[in-house]
Amino acid sequence: MSLFNVFNISGSAMTAQSQRLNVVASNLANADSATGPDGKPYRSKQVVFAATPVGEAGNNTSVGVKVTSVAEANTPMRVVYDPKHPMADEQGYVTMPNVNVVDEMVNMISASRSYQNNVEVMNTSKAMLLKTLTIGQ
Amino acid sequence: MAGRIDNALQFHQTALSLRAARHELLASNIANADTPNYKARDVDFASALQTAMGNQGGTLGMTTTSSGHLPGGTGNSVMGAPVMYRSAVQPSADGNTVDMDIERAQFVDNSIRYEASLKFAGDKVKDVLAALQG
Repeated sequence: MSLFNVFNISGSAMTAQSQRLNVVASNLANADSATGPDGKPYRSKQVVFAATPVGEAGNNTSVGVKVTSVAEANTPMRVVYDPKHPMADEQGYVTMPNVNVVDEMVNMISASRSYQNNVEVMNTSKAMLLKTLTIGQ
Repeated sequence: MAGRIDNALQFHQTALSLRAARHELLASNIANADTPNYKARDVDFASALQTAMGNQGGTLGMTTTSSGHLPGGTGNSVMGAPVMYRSAVQPSADGNTVDMDIERAQFVDNSIRYEASLKFAGDKVKDVLAALQG
């Protein structure tokens, strides 16, 4: 029954979007982390989405989403002049994370809206399936 | 008699199957709204229903006479009707052609028409039951 596949499609999209939201939360939380477990400043991370077939093999109309990797952004690090900072170099500059807070806020809103869209799709499909069960009554 | 009942319900059954398949396609489009290079897909419902009901021959296959020939018409299909790509109104930089306004509108349209088909099919069942019970 193909309508049940919609739950897999929307479910995969919701998983992917919540992972994106997770990464945004990490980036925002670490926007000022000048050092991490490896002694280097935190680097901004982004999820990479890819379309993936769901359902039985040979079914090519139902396409879900999966997160193929979490890539580190290669934008330049933010350099701040703060001689009193313990991580400052000889010239008094501190290398800070390359997190762009505005980008992350936009990403957060986009992820949350896409998540809501998929919840809506799931609810509609559920209503349709329940109506189908009442056929002939 | 059983064949007649089957015939009476055939049209709505086919329409419902097609609506469900299209629902799946539209759900895939909405799910992949943020996937780079994803192309939105849809079927032409009217011609798909005609093909599924056998009123038209559908697409003819091509005969290949050499290993270098490409077989025609091997694209994705839903009940014999070809799945087509939507043309982008406002193309985006990441190659994604999902327009959320179009997809949402088509999704709601499709689910309402699905429920309409369900209602018609249910009424047909009631008619048959009334005829049987007298």
